[in-house]
Amino acid sequence: MTIEAWYIIITGALIAASTAILGSFLVLRKMAMLGDAISHAVLPGIVVAFLLSGERDSTLLLIGAAFSGLLASLLIELLHRKARLQEDASIGVSFTWLFAMGVLLISAYTGQVDLDQECVLYGEIAYVPLDLMAFGNTYLPRPLLVAALLFLIVLLYLLFSFKGLKLMSFNPDFAQSLGIRTQVWHFTFMAMVSLTTVLAFEIVGAILIVALLVVPAATAFLWTRALIPMIVLAVFIGVLSSFGGYGLASVLKGSIAGAMVSVAGLLFFSSLLIKLLTPKKN
Amino acid sequence: MKNKDINKVPSLEVHNLAASYNRMPVLWDIDFQIPQGVLTGIVGPNGSGKTTLLRNIMGLMKADSGYVKIFGEDLNKVRERVSYVPQRESVDWTFPASVREVVEMGRYRNANLMRRLSKTDKEKVNIALEKVGMLEYANRQISQLSGGQQQRVFLARSLAQDADLYLMDEPFVGVDAATEEAILEVLSELRNEGKTVVIVHHDLQTAYQYFNWIILLNTRLVAAGPKEEVFLQENLREAYGGRLTILSKLSNLIAKSEFPVREKGFKETEGSGDGQS
Repeated sequence: MTIEAWYIIITGALIAASTAILGSFLVLRKMAMLGDAISHAVLPGIVVAFLLSGERDSTLLLIGAAFSGLLASLLIELLHRKARLQEDASIGVSFTWLFAMGVLLISAYTGQVDLDQECVLYGEIAYVPLDLMAFGNTYLPRPLLVAALLFLIVLLYLLFSFKGLKLMSFNPDFAQSLGIRTQVWHFTFMAMVSLTTVLAFEIVGAILIVALLVVPAATAFLWTRALIPMIVLAVFIGVLSSFGGYGLASVLKGSIAGAMVSVAGLLFFSSLLIKLLTPKKN
Repeated sequence: MKNKDINKVPSLEVHNLAASYNRMPVLWDIDFQIPQGVLTGIVGPNGSGKTTLLRNIMGLMKADSGYVKIFGEDLNKVRERVSYVPQRESVDWTFPASVREVVEMGRYRNANLMRRLSKTDKEKVNIALEKVGMLEYANRQISQLSGGQQQRVFLARSLAQDADLYLMDEPFVGVDAATEEAILEVLSELRNEGKTVVIVHHDLQTAYQYFNWIILLNTRLVAAGPKEEVFLQENLREAYGGRLTILSKLSNLIAKSEFPVREKGFKETEGSGDGQS
């Protein structure tokens, strides 16, 4: 394989590993669709930050996106808690509205700025090797470094928040009865999901992020009823999807992001099939 | 603090509490005290607001009016002395965790959430597991437990908290005879140690047997006190027999605007439902 292929695969693997970790908790908290919501809601933030800065790789973009991701989760909480709207309806209203505004902004200003809808919706992992950054004599792809940094942040977050995340996912009422600030934990978690979504955004696009958040975690949940093995397995499945996806895409000469998620889905359904066909032991 | 002073303070004081759910009044004019060292049952028919009362005491719900004092203080000041056991069905038992992991949650605090549990914490977890007879199942995944075992795990988590006041929501529901026995043993042990236990319980028959202090509830407080004083025919008829009449009486009172503050809120529930009372 060429070095470019490795760049793409490793970037994809790092992103998929990060989303698998956070996705495990989204699945356990029965909030998988919140991941979907955030991944779509970051769009207006990205566009506004982009229009303001005029650059595609500015930190402002990141902040804008993370901000609108958080805004979405805040809006959902508000509609659900204060307006007493059902949670799924609150999610449905919030993110589609924010996403629509993002689409509107892009389409209105697309002539003036270099940010096309294709890239936003589907991402372009194939361009990873083209975006190089210099380190003395060596050149490394910027998205690869960003993905590595993201993975490190998510890993640190997991390490320090493991107990809190476990408690909050299993029994939030009990956590609150202990005097633990569950709202702070909730929004920190949402901020991490937003950040990850934003960084994964340019790699796999808005639509497929939710698959990377949910599918590896859901697959792992089929195999184990222990938390740490579940997270490890989810990460492994995410990484495997990146390798498999690249292979499938190069055979079919198709979209790499699409192939990654297709492979992840294939792993899920084959796991399910094996689980259904093997007799249960007590 | 001196020991004498502590014993004089009621373990739990609920004053003038009113709460609503989706703007329907669920609790109304709840006012009682529970002394320290008693085994209390909160008893009442289905939908009488027992769970809501417990959630209000633990600050999991915002009351419409009134306040709660625990050992004479606000909940936040005495959190470490209070243990709350939610209903067993309120959590998803397919969650990937072992028995030990769940019981360890009883030792979680704001201060140690980012750190490992101490040796003392782990010892307390072991003692709690032992007391409910779950030590040999400590490494089992909670998805493999029976209903009775699940309840024991919740009880162990509560014991691990090492509190002075225990609030438990329906711990006897759907458990086997052995677990019932085990729970009762733990309860009497707690009582012997001078701790206070408050249990939401729906079964009138066993309530008299299990507890020595009773809070009889039916949206409003029917009676509270030693069980001999509460378990009177008229009280029980008021709580159970005349259930429908009580609710309609309440609505009548509100409609007649004998409680002007509430009236506004009530009308809104009838109407479009916007605006907060």
